Amino acid sequence: MALTDEQIERYSRHIILKEVGAKGQKKLLNAKVLIIGAGGLGAPAAMYLAAAGVGTIGIADADDVDLSNLQRQIIHSTADVGKPKVISAKETMESMNPDVKIKTYHTFVDASNIRELIREYDFILDGTDNFPAKFLINDACVLEKKPFCHAGIIRFKGQLMTYVPGEGPCYRCVFQSPPPKDAVPTCKQAGVIGAMGGVIGSLQAMEAVKYIIGKGDLLTGYLLTFDALKMEFRKIRLPRDTHNCAVCGDHPTITEPIDYELNVCEEK
Amino acid sequence: MVITVSGNKKEVAEGLTLLELMKQEKVEMPDYVTVSINEEFVESDAKESTVLKEGDNVEFLYFMGGGC
Repeated sequence: MALTDEQIERYSRHIILKEVGAKGQKKLLNAKVLIIGAGGLGAPAAMYLAAAGVGTIGIADADDVDLSNLQRQIIHSTADVGKPKVISAKETMESMNPDVKIKTYHTFVDASNIRELIREYDFILDGTDNFPAKFLINDACVLEKKPFCHAGIIRFKGQLMTYVPGEGPCYRCVFQSPPPKDAVPTCKQAGVIGAMGGVIGSLQAMEAVKYIIGKGDLLTGYLLTFDALKMEFRKIRLPRDTHNCAVCGDHPTITEPIDYELNVCEEK
Repeated sequence: MVITVSGNKKEVAEGLTLLELMKQEKVEMPDYVTVSINEEFVESDAKESTVLKEGDNVEFLYFMGGGC
């Protein structure tokens, strides 16, 4: 499929890059990325992927837009308050780029639906706000052999790592199991600086784009951390020994995704 | 002896345990922090029994659950 004149102009700043070119842009237009969570991380990630011309973007979120979301979830506007987040997100992305097909999932992602949900996608972004969902996404991606990018943000800090099947540790290798309910604060309890979602969500979009075009090094085997108060990024090399992991190790005990007790970051 | 903690070199007492280091470093909720030493995971129940050695490279990996 050849690029149209309009596409050549729209994506000219990509096409001029030797790492992208027309070939890479076509890969983006043929790619399918699923974003789970249309919040602080998912909003900027979705917008950059839509602008980049990622051909199919799936977005899953069960919530409606709340006034307290707008300090950071830049895909939603004041007029969207009360609307399902996935609809608001779809409208924004479609207005940005008509090349992109948006698939919405206005539902809680859980153990019963996640494997089927992620199956048709090439890359998954974890933009969720709670540990049960983060472990659910990790386990499902390991089981379905899907690459994904984990991220978390709180206060003035953020982190992300990328898992590619067969390459390096998964999220569970590092963190084993969800902390008990209320042991680790949520962003409703602790707060989060709005631009943190922009920094870390944009980096997630960057990982997806690099994976799709097949250029550069991904954050596989590394945890990238960002401390905005110190204005310090650290790329921490993770242990490579994944043999004992309960889901991606040599003798996995987890063979299906698990629904842990939910402790969502309540928005209100 | 000198060890590296979160990327920074630090002079610490001989025989310091990992749990003592975490207290010194004011690591919040040490039970929920994953630690790697020289790019190997430390078992979560081994923080007290792990004695640090000269040149160890210690990293604290924190749970970060927000995305909202």
